Amino acid sequence: MESIKLHYDVSADDFTRAGAASGDVKRTLKQLGVSPATTRNVAVAMYEGEINMVIHAGGGEIDVEITEDAIHMVLADHGPGIENVELAMKEGYSTAPDNIRCLGFGAGMGLPNIKKYSDEFRLETALGVGTTLYLTVYMK
Amino acid sequence: MENIYHSVRLDDEKCQGCTNCIKRCPTQAIRVRGKKAYIISDRCIDCGECIRVCPHHAKYATTDHFNEILKYKYRIALPAPSLYGQFNNLDNVDYVLTGLRKMGFDDVVEVSKGAEFISDATRKMLELGVLKKPVISSACPAVLRLICTRFPNLIGNILPLLTPMDFTARLAREQAKQKTGLSDEDIGIFFISPCPAKQTAIKNPLCYDDQPINGAFAMKDIYPVLLQTMDKLQPADVEPLNDSGIIGVGWASSGGEAAGLLKERYLAADGIENIINVLEELEDEKLNDLDFIELNCCTGGCVGGVLTVENPYVAKARIQRLRKFMPVSCNSLPKEFNLDAAGWTKELQPSPAMKLADNVLKAMRLMTELKEIEQSLPGLDCGICGAPSCRALADDIVRGYAEKSDCVFSALRSKGDDSWIPAPFRADVRTHTHSTDDYAHDFERAFLQQQDDQTKPEE
Repeated sequence: MESIKLHYDVSADDFTRAGAASGDVKRTLKQLGVSPATTRNVAVAMYEGEINMVIHAGGGEIDVEITEDAIHMVLADHGPGIENVELAMKEGYSTAPDNIRCLGFGAGMGLPNIKKYSDEFRLETALGVGTTLYLTVYMK
Repeated sequence: MENIYHSVRLDDEKCQGCTNCIKRCPTQAIRVRGKKAYIISDRCIDCGECIRVCPHHAKYATTDHFNEILKYKYRIALPAPSLYGQFNNLDNVDYVLTGLRKMGFDDVVEVSKGAEFISDATRKMLELGVLKKPVISSACPAVLRLICTRFPNLIGNILPLLTPMDFTARLAREQAKQKTGLSDEDIGIFFISPCPAKQTAIKNPLCYDDQPINGAFAMKDIYPVLLQTMDKLQPADVEPLNDSGIIGVGWASSGGEAAGLLKERYLAADGIENIINVLEELEDEKLNDLDFIELNCCTGGCVGGVLTVENPYVAKARIQRLRKFMPVSCNSLPKEFNLDAAGWTKELQPSPAMKLADNVLKAMRLMTELKEIEQSLPGLDCGICGAPSCRALADDIVRGYAEKSDCVFSALRSKGDDSWIPAPFRADVRTHTHSTDDYAHDFERAFLQQQDDQTKPEE
């Protein structure tokens, strides 16, 4: 199947550039004429994932594959991993340090929002190894 | 390509084919080809940024000729509140309004009056809870066009109310008909505009069909005549025409509309780059805790319009001073007022201008091609090809509006010639610091040479 593959390196602790990858994907989807709702879901889910990488994981890599039916995203980092996934998925739960909360991040909505905005959501994590998110948003 | 009316146009004779405008257009709507710039109609939002930056004054805003008023028996001027900021030492708006009357208008109805009604209607709609939050102001027509072309997802958040200009015009027309008994064709209503986007909105309204406004005059065109007329006014001539207060006049600068809602959870952004950033965040649902978002394309708000005379900050300061002597508000909607009368009669339509193709699969193929071309370009965004960036050139190429050889680097490479690279992109080139040293050295050598010549015995 024909697809468009995009790759992004997300650098650590650079809030001025956080959102650059999801912003580029959003622009690409708009040019493809993908519906506003689908574009929004991808942009929100991916932005949250990108921010998580900056806050918690010292950066990472994002691979996006756009096909005629769906947008697949793989967000991989080599951060500390998530200790309690069930807790992390709870709205309002956050392990973000105070200096990050001061910037308006760390509301504990990251992972719940990512799940809410993606049609398929899979999380693989191992302590000390890193976290990988596999997300899919179907074209609507 | 859709053929849309635009106030912003290009004077081919004045255009030198330089690339100043292409880089500064916020929607990448300008290209230079065949020694002249041209505007891509369906991408232009009439913000007027190119008018500001063109050093040759080749970009201009079309507005109506003053003689247009002669076509009507009863003529009404609708001054935008930003007009009040254009005059030094003004402490009474009635001088401006009387001045307009003396210029040939039978009546003057302030747009700030309509603004107070719209502020009231907005407050009522927010209270009713019928609006999708955050509500985006509908007052700036360039913002409306920007949303339709680049952020169609946000159309549903736009306040579905008439702009103060539109509402004031309807009010003025009704009043004039009752007062004079004249029919619609005999009544001419003219807006005194700070910007080209308003002219476009008048000629091509997006949210209604029946246009009560007959034309617009540029503030900068009206200004010199109005100033002279005002200078000649005797205090006894000045008529008490002002009928709006702090809230209405406040719409002239950024934050004024939002402040008039008497709510705290609002954001007011101005300047095109800033509002694009806000719209991006809004689209990503990062601003959902806000009630209202006021966006003005021009820096400082309407006082920063490209057709104004005065610097936006000076104009804002003057308006602040004027407002000190005004009541909070002079107009509010009657209790039984039906809000539909101030609402849109037509849905705002998306007009995505960046889409590569109507079919996603076809667009994907073009996108793959676009990315490949972009990769092969130098990525310097030099603008020599006439497009604002390498990405924009790649975009033009896949759409069939340009060729790869338009890139000077690609062209030289394909000819096997890499002997000449423009100075900004070359390594062995004089820089500012080196060149001053060189000049100093040259000077020293010349000086010594001259001394040598002088001490040489004459032959």
